[in-house]
Amino acid sequence: MSSTQPQEVSAAANVNRPVLSVRHIAKTFGGIAALADVSLELLPGQVHALVGENGAGKSTLIKVLTGVYRADAGTIEYDGAEVRFARPLDAQLAGISTIYQEINLVPLISVARNVFLGREPRNRLGLVDFRTMNAQARRLLAQVGVTVDVRRPLRSLGTGTQQMVAIARAVSTEAKVVIMDEPTSSLEPREVAKLFGVIEQLTASGIAVLYVSHKLDELYRIAQQVTVLRDGAVVHTGKISELPRLQLISHMLGRDIAQVQRQGVTAFDDRSGADPDAAEQLLDARGLSKRHQISDIDLSVAPGEIVGLGGLLGAGRSETVRAIAGATKLDAGEVRVRGRKIRNGSTAVAIGAGIALLTEDRKADGIIPGLSVRENIVLAAMPRLSKGGVVSTARQRAVVDIFMKRLRIKASSPEQKVSELSGGNQQKVLLARWLCLSPQLLLLDEPTRGIDVGAKAEVQALVAELAAEGLGVVLISSELEELIEGSDRIVALRDGRVVGELRGDAVTENALLTLLSGEPAANPDPPPEPAADVPDAAVPAADLPVPAERTKEQR
Amino acid sequence: MTAPTVPEQLPDRAADAVRERQSRARRIGWIRDYGVYVALLVLIIFNIAATPNFVALDNLRVQLVQVAPVMIVALGVAMVIGTEGIDLSVGAVMALAGALIPLYLGYGVPVAIAVALLGGIASGLFAGVLVASIGVQPIVATLALLVGLRGVAQLLLGGQFRQISSPEFNNLGTGSVLGVPIVVLVAAVLAVIVGFLMRRTVFGRRVVAIGGNPDAARLAGLPVRRTLITVYLLSGLLAAIAGVLLTAYQKAATPSTQGLLMELSAITAVVVGGTPLTGGRVRVLGTVAGALLMQIVTATLIKHDLPESSTQMVQAAIIILAVYVQRDRGGARR
Repeated sequence: MSSTQPQEVSAAANVNRPVLSVRHIAKTFGGIAALADVSLELLPGQVHALVGENGAGKSTLIKVLTGVYRADAGTIEYDGAEVRFARPLDAQLAGISTIYQEINLVPLISVARNVFLGREPRNRLGLVDFRTMNAQARRLLAQVGVTVDVRRPLRSLGTGTQQMVAIARAVSTEAKVVIMDEPTSSLEPREVAKLFGVIEQLTASGIAVLYVSHKLDELYRIAQQVTVLRDGAVVHTGKISELPRLQLISHMLGRDIAQVQRQGVTAFDDRSGADPDAAEQLLDARGLSKRHQISDIDLSVAPGEIVGLGGLLGAGRSETVRAIAGATKLDAGEVRVRGRKIRNGSTAVAIGAGIALLTEDRKADGIIPGLSVRENIVLAAMPRLSKGGVVSTARQRAVVDIFMKRLRIKASSPEQKVSELSGGNQQKVLLARWLCLSPQLLLLDEPTRGIDVGAKAEVQALVAELAAEGLGVVLISSELEELIEGSDRIVALRDGRVVGELRGDAVTENALLTLLSGEPAANPDPPPEPAADVPDAAVPAADLPVPAERTKEQR
Repeated sequence: MTAPTVPEQLPDRAADAVRERQSRARRIGWIRDYGVYVALLVLIIFNIAATPNFVALDNLRVQLVQVAPVMIVALGVAMVIGTEGIDLSVGAVMALAGALIPLYLGYGVPVAIAVALLGGIASGLFAGVLVASIGVQPIVATLALLVGLRGVAQLLLGGQFRQISSPEFNNLGTGSVLGVPIVVLVAAVLAVIVGFLMRRTVFGRRVVAIGGNPDAARLAGLPVRRTLITVYLLSGLLAAIAGVLLTAYQKAATPSTQGLLMELSAITAVVVGGTPLTGGRVRVLGTVAGALLMQIVTATLIKHDLPESSTQMVQAAIIILAVYVQRDRGGARR
């Protein structure tokens, strides 16, 4: 595979006119702006990276481009004319193909039929002309380097090959624009290399590619342009070679890299008390690995210590805590609590060992909406609060009262339905669910996301208080202040691996951003001046073989 | 992007819309929760006023005896539906239990009954393992049993129906204690037991939690698989009890027809009683009322000389209404 640099030059010939320009697009959902004044231009023959954290508006933008949503304001100009796609099919017919993260093909029908689904070649009787279809499918797939029996059902292929079929389908519609939403999330390194080869073919033939990913290494390898979205607005757009990684990350996270001091805006006390080496380790996890998610992650937590997990979207933070809590079955690795190894893949076993996991998504895997506040709180502790399998409402009430008071849960009564509470109170209910088990280790995955300011400060203060009582805490937060002020120590993850650790005074935003960016830091301590002008620091990384083969010493 | 959950944070108009939706949801919620009792009450009052002999003891007895097997089966199906599952095998389990009775009556009535109930337990266990351990969809797993078990039942009796002449056994179906038919007594006791199980035991609360949010239940360390298997097992057991009672009432085992379409009557009673098909809630008393309502509707229409076709149409209307008031639940929930 060739480097991206020469191609940029060759593509520069027809760069003059964008094939797709989006101007001042806005979209609101129920009063909340998902996109505000977003503009973007795709040039033929170029790969344009679209990046942003959760909720930045990437998916909404793609859905507007492909006719799933209609923009509230703004225009889309495609191929020289203003367009309005009423439905996804219109966009496809016009030549905008989308390859979604979850492969949107039909597993049970043949590969060839998948390629031509909805536009099968017909014979004179109006029936599907299988011979022509299979031949054409074979030719299309050969173009993307796949040689399989096209009559086989799609599901008999591996995920990577299925992804290639999706691409062949996208290309076969004579697309001028191909949108790829995290196409590599389930691919092996070898398949990624293949995909990049195909992308180079596409761009060489003048197709514009909009490439969504949060794997920075990939972006710097394959893309020429980049647009960064944050909170529904464009915060940066331009040539990717002119944007150092650190700068890119600070755009994504909304941090000005000049201001790197602890600001004291969260309810955490300045934490520097716990000495992680002094105490016996509470949690000792070694070599946690799960295909496509995390590899070889080590994590230890001492009693009374708050360990932050730093990382961008998709770095493997949630996957790591879920693995420790027994919610996913590991491929390799072991978890020890106070030196005793616990069987992995069972939440009951992990809970028995004193591990509690507060999940990221309250609604999907946290609250049980139809049940009362009381029942949600006692859910895990039920056997302890019953006699001979018969629930004792009085005993539950006693426990529930204690936690409702301590956590200041605002509900009309313990019998109110949990679904009627605000997000912050629901989160406190979930915290109470775990606290009434008297856990030793709390795994908190975005404990303050989407809750109001007051509740947020309360939750933060509570976490600090619990740590002071001797609980070990693992904290995941996308808010840098929370992570930095809340943690005694931060373990940084990137692409499912540990890439470094910060402790004590080294815990600063700048140091963390540097770790997350994967740029080689000249100085482990925070430099007095922001490293904003590191000349083309990203370029060496573009020559690296493949992200997953990188060792963790590389930084 | 997460949807806003705190109404206060929304602009005024949106907040008004949320409040409006909530109050509407509350009204519909009231109908869902108490509608079946109100409907039952209205129907009973109407019958007392307009139907001759409705309050006659004989008539009440007949109605209750007829509805008892449906009620027993529906209690089990309600638990299964509470886990967001479904049990279509119950009618076939009744036939199987009935067919086992004449085969083992020679060893005494208790043995015959025990074997019949074991048949139901085995079937429920099988369905539960298919669903909980192997991950077969409940509708498919129990559909297979619906087809298969009736075949087994017919095979056991060589494709024939079998008269049962044991007065001791038949007394179960036709006898009374203090004027109350045994069948009705058993149904009432079982309703109380299942009600207690669902409301007051760890097991019952787990059933509801698993139905409400299986992912959350698993993460909270609940024994999801074991609970699901137990639920299907209980449903099989209850269906077998209904099968035994019906066999005794008919004084014959009739594997080709016994319990035919019972799964549908049971599901109807559960749904009309206010248990949502989306799981997370089991209404035991509602199920009892739902079964009674459907029974009395039928009886009323027949008494007033309306053709059977009209009965079926009225039943359909009630089912649609019940599903309609539950439909809004989805909106209020998420």
